[in-house]
Amino acid sequence: MNQLISTSPLSLPSRAPVAATEATVSTFGHDPWWLILGKVVAVFVFLVLITLFLIWAERRIVARMQQRLGPNRTGPFGLGQGLADGIKLALKEEIIPAMADKPVYFIAPIVATIPAFLAFAVIPVGGVVSIFGHVTALQVTDLPVAVLFILACSSFGVYGIVLGGWASGSTYPLLGALRSAAQVISYEVSLALALVPIFLYAGSLSTSEIVAAQNRFWFVFLVPSFVIYMVSAVGETNRAPFDLPEAEGELVGGFHTEYSSLKFALFFLAEYINMTTVSAVATTLFLGGWHAPFLLSRVPVLNSGWFGLVWFTLKLLTVLFGFIWLRGTLPRLRYDQFMRLGWKLLIPASLVWLLLVAAMRTLVVEDVNLRRNLVPVGIVFVVLLLLVSFWPSSKKPDRDGEGEDGHPEIAVGNRAFPVPVLPGEQTDPTLAPREVTRA
Amino acid sequence: MTTKDVVFGALGLLACCSGVLVVTARNVIHAALWLVVTLGALAACYLLLTADFVAWVQVLIYAGAIVVLLLFAAMLTRAPVGPGQDLDSGNRPAAALVAGGVGVTLVTLLVQAFRSAYVDLDRVAGTGAGRPIGDALFRSYVLPFEIASVLLLAALVGAIVLTRPEIGRR
Repeated sequence: MNQLISTSPLSLPSRAPVAATEATVSTFGHDPWWLILGKVVAVFVFLVLITLFLIWAERRIVARMQQRLGPNRTGPFGLGQGLADGIKLALKEEIIPAMADKPVYFIAPIVATIPAFLAFAVIPVGGVVSIFGHVTALQVTDLPVAVLFILACSSFGVYGIVLGGWASGSTYPLLGALRSAAQVISYEVSLALALVPIFLYAGSLSTSEIVAAQNRFWFVFLVPSFVIYMVSAVGETNRAPFDLPEAEGELVGGFHTEYSSLKFALFFLAEYINMTTVSAVATTLFLGGWHAPFLLSRVPVLNSGWFGLVWFTLKLLTVLFGFIWLRGTLPRLRYDQFMRLGWKLLIPASLVWLLLVAAMRTLVVEDVNLRRNLVPVGIVFVVLLLLVSFWPSSKKPDRDGEGEDGHPEIAVGNRAFPVPVLPGEQTDPTLAPREVTRA
Repeated sequence: MTTKDVVFGALGLLACCSGVLVVTARNVIHAALWLVVTLGALAACYLLLTADFVAWVQVLIYAGAIVVLLLFAAMLTRAPVGPGQDLDSGNRPAAALVAGGVGVTLVTLLVQAFRSAYVDLDRVAGTGAGRPIGDALFRSYVLPFEIASVLLLAALVGAIVLTRPEIGRR
C-alpha cells in the first residue's frame, strides 16, 4: 500500500518536470505576518464578493431559464441586487421565537458560517508568485492532510443547520434539521470515497501537491469519481434538487423558518460559501486547479503565477454555473428517493470504483502488463453495476410512514413536536391527533 | 514551560470540564454539544502533538459524523426544548463511584508508565501525516486493525438484528 502511494503516477505518460511555480507543502510556513493577514483578508473579501455576485447571477440565470427578466434595477444589469438584499436583511426586525433555546439559537448561524470560510484556507488559487519581494504561493496555507481538513470543515458546518432547526423550538425547522442530519451523514460517505482515487493517483492529501500532480492531466479523467463527487456535493450543500432541509413547498423554509434579519443572512451566506467551497474543491481536485486549460498550459507564462488566479476563477464560475443550472432544471427529489440514491447507488458505486482504481494502480505500480485487458473488464463491471442499481425492484417501497395499525404514530403530548411515541409513554388523550382517513 | 505546554494544559482542562458537563447537562441536546466540545479539544491536543491526520480524522468522524448521528437520534425521539425529566437515573452515586475509580486508576497508570517519557516534538514532526500512520496500521498493527473492523461490523449487524424483530421470527 505504501509503495502504491509513494510512487509517482506511473500510468500517466512521463510528467513534465515540475515547474518552479508549483507549490508543495514545504512552500508554506515562511510567510511574514502581514502577508498571511493579507491572504486571509483577500480570501474573506473574495468569498463575500462572490456570494454577492452569485445571488445576482443565480436570480438572473434562473430568470433567463424561465423566460423572465430577473432583477435588473439595482445598478448596471442589476448587479447591486446582492448588496441591496444584504442591507435589507440587516435592517429587518429580529424575531426570536418564545420556545427557542436561546444560546443554541444564537450559536447556530455562527457555527454554520465559520467552517464555510475556513475550508477555503487550503484552496490553491494560483501558483507561486512574488509579493513585495516575498516568494509565496497564492494559498493561505497547506497541510499534509489538507483535503481531510476540508472534509472536516464541511462536516462541521452541518451543526449550524441541525442546531438552528432544533433550537427554533418549532416543528418545520426541526423536520428540516432531521433531514439535514440524515442527508449529510449519508452523502459525506460517498463524497469522501469519491476523493480516495485522487489520493491514490496524486500520492498526497495536500491540495497544492494534488494540483501539481495535475500538471499535464486533470484528474477529471477519473470520471465516476467526478460524477459521484458532484452529486454528493449538491447533496452536502443542500442545493436543489437535494434541498430537502429547506424544501419551501413542504417545510416553509426548513431549518431557517424561524430565523430573521442578520441570523438568516448568515445562513444564507453560509449556503453560498459552501457552494463556492465545494466548487473550488472540485476545481482543485478534478479540474486541474489553477492550471491553464488544454493547449494553453504549454505556454509557461499562462500556466504560472498570477495567471493561475484567472483560470481558477473561470473554472470555479463554470462549476457554480452548473449548480445554478441544476436548480433551474431539476425538481426536488422525494426524501426516500434521495436516500435510496445515496445509500444504494452512490456509496456502492464509489466503493466498487475505488476497488477498481486501487487494483489498477497496484497492477501498474507492480508493472503487470494487464492494463489493456483490464480496462474492458472494468467497463463491463461498471455497466453491470449500473444495471443492477437501476433494475426496477419488484418490491414496492414502503413510503407512507404509517404504524402497524394504519394510523400515523404521532404523539402531540410533547408540545408541538411530531415525535413518535416511545415505549411506555403516555399521550394526552385530549390532544390526540384527529383521525386521518385515507383514500 | 513553553507556550505549547500551557495551551496543551488549557485544552486538556477544557476537555475535562466539558466532559463533566456532558454527564451533568439537564438537556440531552446540550449534553451532545458538550461532547462536541470535548472531542474538539481532544483534536486540538492531537494537533499540538503534531498528529495532523489523527486530529482531522477525529474532527471528521467523531465530531462531524458520530455526534450528528447522536443528535439525529435524540431529536427524532426527544425533541422538545427544555430540561429532560428522566435524564437522571437512581444509580447516580454508584455510577459516579465507578467512573471516579476508573479515572483515578487510569491516571495513576498513565502517570506511572509515562512519567519519564518525553518526546521532542520538533524531531518527530511529520510522523503525524497520512503515510506514517498508514505504514504503522497496515504493516505493524494490521491484526489489531482488522480485529477492530470485524468487531465494528459485528456490532453493526447486531444493531440491525436487534432493531428488526421480524428477523428472529422467521
